[in-house]
Amino acid sequence: MVTFTINGRPRSVDVPDDTPLLWVLRDTLALTGTKFGCGIQQCGACTVHLNGAPVRSCAIPVSALEGADVRTIEGLAEEGVHAVQQAWVEEQVPQCGYCQSGQVMSAVALLAEKPEPTDEDIDQVMSGNVCRCGAYGAIRRAIHRAAELAREPMPITDQDGQGGDR
Amino acid sequence: MSERPEVSSGTGDEAVKQQEGPSRRTFVKVVGVAGAGLVLGVSFKVFRGGPGLPYTDAAFAPNAFLRIDDDGSITVVVGKSEMGQGISTALPQLVAEELEVSLEQVAFEFAPAHPAYRDEMGMQVTGGSTSIPMGWQPLREAGASARMMLQEAAAQRWGVPADQVQMRDGRAIHPDGSTLSYGELATEAAALPVPEEVPLKAPAEFRIIGTSARRLDVADKTTGRATFGIDAGPSDARVALVARSRVFGGKLRSYDASAALAVPGVDEVVEIESGLAVVADGYWSAKKGRDALAIEWDEGEGASLDDAAIFARLEGAVAEGGNVAREDGDLTAALAGSGERVTAAYRLPYLAHATMEPMNCTAILEDGKCTVWAPTQFQDAPGMTGGGARQAAAEAAGVGEDDVDLRTTFLGGGFGRRAEKDFVIEAAELASKVDGAVKVVWSREDDIRHDYYRPASYHELEAVLGPDGRPEGWHHEMALQSILERLIPGWIPGFVLDWMGMMPNGIDMTSVEGAANHPYAVPSNRIACATVDLPIPVGFWRAVGSSHNGFVVESFIDELAHAAGQDPFEYRRALLGEHPRHRAVLEAVAEAADWGGPVPEGRARGIAVVESFLSYVAQVAEVSVEEGRPRVHKVWCAVDCGMVVNPAIVRAQMESSIVYGLTAALYGRINIEGGRVVQGNFDDYLMVRMNEAPEVEVVLVPSGDA
Repeated sequence: MVTFTINGRPRSVDVPDDTPLLWVLRDTLALTGTKFGCGIQQCGACTVHLNGAPVRSCAIPVSALEGADVRTIEGLAEEGVHAVQQAWVEEQVPQCGYCQSGQVMSAVALLAEKPEPTDEDIDQVMSGNVCRCGAYGAIRRAIHRAAELAREPMPITDQDGQGGDR
Repeated sequence: MSERPEVSSGTGDEAVKQQEGPSRRTFVKVVGVAGAGLVLGVSFKVFRGGPGLPYTDAAFAPNAFLRIDDDGSITVVVGKSEMGQGISTALPQLVAEELEVSLEQVAFEFAPAHPAYRDEMGMQVTGGSTSIPMGWQPLREAGASARMMLQEAAAQRWGVPADQVQMRDGRAIHPDGSTLSYGELATEAAALPVPEEVPLKAPAEFRIIGTSARRLDVADKTTGRATFGIDAGPSDARVALVARSRVFGGKLRSYDASAALAVPGVDEVVEIESGLAVVADGYWSAKKGRDALAIEWDEGEGASLDDAAIFARLEGAVAEGGNVAREDGDLTAALAGSGERVTAAYRLPYLAHATMEPMNCTAILEDGKCTVWAPTQFQDAPGMTGGGARQAAAEAAGVGEDDVDLRTTFLGGGFGRRAEKDFVIEAAELASKVDGAVKVVWSREDDIRHDYYRPASYHELEAVLGPDGRPEGWHHEMALQSILERLIPGWIPGFVLDWMGMMPNGIDMTSVEGAANHPYAVPSNRIACATVDLPIPVGFWRAVGSSHNGFVVESFIDELAHAAGQDPFEYRRALLGEHPRHRAVLEAVAEAADWGGPVPEGRARGIAVVESFLSYVAQVAEVSVEEGRPRVHKVWCAVDCGMVVNPAIVRAQMESSIVYGLTAALYGRINIEGGRVVQGNFDDYLMVRMNEAPEVEVVLVPSGDA
């Protein structure tokens, strides 16, 4: 039995020690926003925050989680629309969308570390996340936009609000 | 601009205009009138060259393209698969335009697999760049029909002539300014006859079509709420991983499952057609169980195959010569000319699709009914033509196709891979052999090693230049496996396939598209294709034939320009006289990139133009070589894809295709050793990532059809 905090709530799970956090989230806790892409820390689709730091959940065994604080895309959304998610909508980032939970979690972590990231910062952190739809340009624009949003408190915007041609 | 876009004939030749006229109107029907609200069924099913299945009310009963509930909610039912290309936004845009509602008032849901959603080719399938051309007319008609019926309902309620009722933003407006919502009118509207004549807006009147309206799927794809195949199905579904022969065509000989069954969480080990399935309480136990299986495979003759043998076969086939796909002029005389002779050979590897979401499918068989949750591009087709996922699931589960309820989820990428049915068959077969719901999930290694690959190909080209440097003869011989041979049922006679343009002269049209129809003005041509039979599974891969032929033809024309000492842009332009749409995008991209202008130190530029599925694309790439490796810094892209429903989505698609193509060019390579695929995951099947993604500038060129 391992007890840890997931999106602010304590949870105990009873699964084999070597079970990766990814599968605890998806198969045990039914938090399917975190995605399986490769299983070997190569694609970033399974990125979550562990004690505030971005990790590939496919490589974290549940035995390492006792007392840990885990935040997933579902937790991010529960906190209200995050600047990153708002920027993702403004820039219309997702195409197939499968990698986007991981992209968003990586971007949130990047901006927490570097509120004004340069293109080089973005390259360095976001190159761990594969987007097979190739939405990299939109992701880059959205990260810069999220930095702006976080800097200048914006009026509350409807997440589904109307957009225009860019 | 034209009133409606061109429709791909699927052969890459001249455009076929969509049928005009009111005949299609007969396919709009009111359904579900017993309940509250208005439900319109529309069919685009017009099987070219012959009648499709009979149209009956029963066929429409569970289906619709448009539903307006009395609470005012408006739902467009999307019969196509959303795999990132934006169709779940673009089709609702077509409806909203004519219905006179804003896109924000519209929701969408995915259609069930059903014959009512089959397209003009008789299939419910998403591929070949056909969704917008085929949906263009019927979905606008659905919106317009509903609007007219709601207008008439309002007119009757108010006792005014219908033409005095304004329709706007989901409300009917009385001449005195009072209003009724569509929801308030829906049930009354459903009792009215479907209008006989439905005038549609002229493009100049469009307010939603042609705008970069926000995608309807983006919010859910930003919060983790979007349900992909791997997320779908009953919460108590068990998970299965399947052990498959690494050698293509290999069969299970014997196995010992005792160690697998000893893994905590593993419930059972089940033989299925494709291999040995380990069923467990979750992915991790299933994977550990599969790792613990002791299996002997009967690998067969395929086990000796490798890249060298494959390319020896392809090269031998080119040397022998293939079937002629195009022959014009007097090539023998042209190639005997005294001008400069240019030859080139191109070898292109197998490529995997590597969708971000690995293959998966969930199914349950209960009381003779099979429910399937499938991230599929190909839901439904008549069984006699091979069928879609629904028919395949029925056969695998041992039930009739009417007993299969196949639900399409979001697709975590498609690129043609999900037009296959193998992952659906596995889940349906397994569901028939175990209790309860089962989700078959492929590991990344499974996904890369058991794909239907872009065929490897070998090409030899030869040209002789005239005094002006232009080619006088163009000879292209290629060899590769056929994709369609596997997919076309044997009972269809060759002359029918020839007539349909699928297998002209016995050549798979997907092998030669982009080559047989190269656009350059050359007096004499011979393009031939040898079809080689090899045990490597091959399938549709983004752009299909044009993905290799575009590269080959554009590389070779560049060689000719170089040999002629001419600018590669001007050289192409001069040879595109009969192809104004090619020329227009070529000129547009040259202008956008300031072709001929200054280029940063250490960088060079290249240009190319390709047509695929009636989209015309030209690109300029600015490249340098860093530590012996090419690096693409920027790509300018000009595209004419006919009518643009949503410019932002088109731009996103172009950026996407550039990264996909660049990934193939820089890294894409599936190698075969011992009959097995060497690569297995993103550590050896590499992807272009953020740090290598070029800056992309897209120019939308108005359709040359204007």
